Amino acid sequence: MKKSSIIGLIVIAIAIAVIVSTRENASAYVSFDEAYAMSTSGEKASIHVVGELKKNSNGDIVGVSPSQDMLSVSFVLVDDNQKEQVVYLNQPMPSDLLRSDKVVVIGGYKNDKFVADKVLLKCPSKYEETTIKQ
Amino acid sequence: MIHTGIGNLGHLLVIISFIGAILAAISYGRASMSNTLNDSWAKLGRFSFLSHGIAVLGSAVVLFVIIYNHYFEYHYAWSHSSVNLATHYMIACFWEGQEGSFLIWSVWNALLGFILIKTNKKWEAPVMTVFATVQAFLASMILGVVIGDLKIGSSPFMLLRDVVSDPVFLINPNFIPADGTGLNPLLQNYWMVIHPPMTFLGFACTLIPFSFAIAGLWKKDFRDWIRPALPWTIFGGVILGTAIIMGGYWAYETLNFGGYWNWDPVENAVYVPWLVLIASMHTMIVFKKSDTALKTSFVLVISTFLLILYATFLVRSGILGNASVHSFTDLGLSGQLLIYLSFFIIATLIIAGRVWKEIPTSEKEASSYSREFWIFIGALTLCLMAFQVIVPTSFPVFNKIVELFGGLSSLAPPADQVAFYSKWQVWFAVGIAFLSGTGQFFFWKKMDKEKLKTALTIPVILSLVLSAIIFMVADIYNPVYIVVLIAGMYSIVSNGKILIDLMKSGSYKLTGGSVAHIGIAMILIGIMFSEGYSRIVSKNTTIISRDFTEEQNSNMIVLFLNDPKPMAGYQLTYMSENMEAEGIPGYISKSNLEDTEQPNYKVAKQSILIDDQVYAEAGDTLYFRNPENTFHEVQYISNSSGKSFTLFPRTQVNEEMGSTIVSPDIKKLWNRDLYTFVALQSDFEDEFTEWSEKEIKPLKQGEQFFINDYIAVFESLERLPNVNFVDLGPNDAAVQANITVYSENDKKILLQPKFIIKENNVGRPLELNQEIAVRVSLENINPADGSIELGIETTQKDWIILQAIEKPQINILWIGTIVMIIGFIIATRRRYVEFVKMRDKALA
Repeated sequence: MKKSSIIGLIVIAIAIAVIVSTRENASAYVSFDEAYAMSTSGEKASIHVVGELKKNSNGDIVGVSPSQDMLSVSFVLVDDNQKEQVVYLNQPMPSDLLRSDKVVVIGGYKNDKFVADKVLLKCPSKYEETTIKQ
Repeated sequence: MIHTGIGNLGHLLVIISFIGAILAAISYGRASMSNTLNDSWAKLGRFSFLSHGIAVLGSAVVLFVIIYNHYFEYHYAWSHSSVNLATHYMIACFWEGQEGSFLIWSVWNALLGFILIKTNKKWEAPVMTVFATVQAFLASMILGVVIGDLKIGSSPFMLLRDVVSDPVFLINPNFIPADGTGLNPLLQNYWMVIHPPMTFLGFACTLIPFSFAIAGLWKKDFRDWIRPALPWTIFGGVILGTAIIMGGYWAYETLNFGGYWNWDPVENAVYVPWLVLIASMHTMIVFKKSDTALKTSFVLVISTFLLILYATFLVRSGILGNASVHSFTDLGLSGQLLIYLSFFIIATLIIAGRVWKEIPTSEKEASSYSREFWIFIGALTLCLMAFQVIVPTSFPVFNKIVELFGGLSSLAPPADQVAFYSKWQVWFAVGIAFLSGTGQFFFWKKMDKEKLKTALTIPVILSLVLSAIIFMVADIYNPVYIVVLIAGMYSIVSNGKILIDLMKSGSYKLTGGSVAHIGIAMILIGIMFSEGYSRIVSKNTTIISRDFTEEQNSNMIVLFLNDPKPMAGYQLTYMSENMEAEGIPGYISKSNLEDTEQPNYKVAKQSILIDDQVYAEAGDTLYFRNPENTFHEVQYISNSSGKSFTLFPRTQVNEEMGSTIVSPDIKKLWNRDLYTFVALQSDFEDEFTEWSEKEIKPLKQGEQFFINDYIAVFESLERLPNVNFVDLGPNDAAVQANITVYSENDKKILLQPKFIIKENNVGRPLELNQEIAVRVSLENINPADGSIELGIETTQKDWIILQAIEKPQINILWIGTIVMIIGFIIATRRRYVEFVKMRDKALA
């Protein structure tokens, strides 16, 4: 076998390994029900769930409660299928949580509770290029 | 008065530059067909490109003039600048928007084009044909011409009234806003002045080798293009590499990623072409030495440029959407960007495909004992490294393509991006370090097993010994890090040996490679230490919620004001909340400032004394350029040495981003950085603050009393001629009580509650002070004896939640960067001198 063929084979092998590992490590955007089904079927991978904070009829956000020592927080998230879920975050409340429009939680179910490792917020930017201050 | 003239001039210059570029492409194209130097087509091409370049420079000047003079009738100035902006940030406004950043890219290309015209003879026409074509595409991005429904480019010279439909323009079409919306406060940083132009210079540099490669394929001159292109490849490598690391440093210093690299798609989009560029640089060197790797060089040089275009498409088309924290906002140019990208992919495929079989290849296989072989393996490793990053980065593109064909794909980036990318990249990097160390020993072509053994013995032993000492001292047990350290040390030692040999023989000019490799190895070791041994020192355990009984690790601690807490060998105290005023060094306590209607102006309550110099008297109005920034004073006292230092981590309420942005403050020690940021600050106006019941206290002048456990004195009552936020009429009145509170560390705090009578209504605005955690109101005054009734509500002390991270040996990373840059510069110079020598012999 020629040396170049061997090198070629090694390169192809590494490339395939990269693709396989990427596929395995890729997360996905799912709903809470899907996430729950995944956790009961034993899949431990972190997933992304997109949702909004629960609001009461007046449009006020409800269900956000920082812990006593303020180092963690739990809140109620409503996903795209209108399923409500309490989400626990072991971090101080993100400072813009109450102003956020959409919340992406990255995490999964642990002992039937949804624990987020990370929270991404999409806040309505006050900066709209369509209004002019006079 | 609306300055329409200057915008029209700018727009005209963009149109001229567009037409100039097309003319230049056509005439240079004809000139390269005719094969004679100095014919009339070449002259026309030169003339057109010069006019094009001057028009590009002119339009850039016009745009800057618009920004600099605050012509807010222009949309670009209005949306990217404001009156309160310092001059150097006005330069940054220039490239905050997409249009301006296309323009700066185009400016660099034009300038580089001038240099190429000046320095090249036989390559001028074909190379400039490619150059001018690229420039035509770039100019089209900011052309701003609308034909029917078709919009070509987005012009930076649009008037506000033509972009934004606001009723004010119906009433008064000549309305000019008094202020712009400003440069995003997050970007008001000196790196924003230097990082983007550096990146675009790097982008521009990749065009040069690409143009030479295309010219070589086109003119079927497959070999000669390498020599003039090589110095530019190396130069592009150092510029783009420096720009990338600058971006990392910026993120480290300002953004709160907790690190310098976050594997964000925008970062990856530039990292990938840089890796391929470095690979192409190596294969070009191989070709010059040994006539092999020519086809590979073609492929890599072309790929580098196409990857830059792909990066541009990713970052600017809006396709990244949620996947990135810092992509541009979509300007509706995605179609045009896609055409740009596809045009160059297809055109290169056609040009290369036509002649691919004619490109000479060397039949003999490179021996495993040749330098070329190892450099080639190194280049391959770099490409695999790039491949590993680009696959997950392209998820959003993949999802889009699947959607286009009616499918559904919801691939999201790996949940822990940093861990995912690192676990691959670290092994590639180890490979690179070993290869860069070994490859150097094949400097002389004739090497066999025996010679190699003798040459390698000393470096191998030396690097093993040095690594062993380091992991004993630094307590490194992680096997991966041990391998990284050995690889890095090996590269440093063996390249160091080559460097010393070269110096001994006086060949300083040839040292570029070994110096750059030493730099890269230092960067690798620096990353290993600072990331691998990055340690959260504010560790804590906490109960996440009543529903969870088990304790969880928390990475943060709560600090109450003036309440010291031990942390990792330090005593930490949160001292105060501060702001930064223009013209006054250091910080000013928020307690000492009173708001006015204008957020940029605040009134000092007490005189401001810094280092025995009075900067402001009580009652002076101070100017705050960035009132959205709060600096938290945190004092560190070392338990062992008793020495102290103070950090000022920043919190920025950034309305433009619709979010609060926290930035760290970093204590730099020789062997580590202590990186501290405030994750959350208490906001006494939010719904979670619980106030005590209001206590009404009758007070006589001069009376001492307690307020939230602090001693306070009611000093005096004073009538105010005017009050902020209220217009006082002739029958209205306002009175203010002056109360001094003696806080910790002999600090005096003034509380000044007011009693306002306006149109027979009484106003008792609450005076809130976070530092002593009270809000007071002047409930009643007795004009007869000057006594008052003070309403007092108290709450829990002010607090911050803080995270502190230790980054050991991060300085090795920054020093390595500088060493690498020096190496690159030496190498660039060497290759450029070679090119000039050959050109002057009329061979190039």
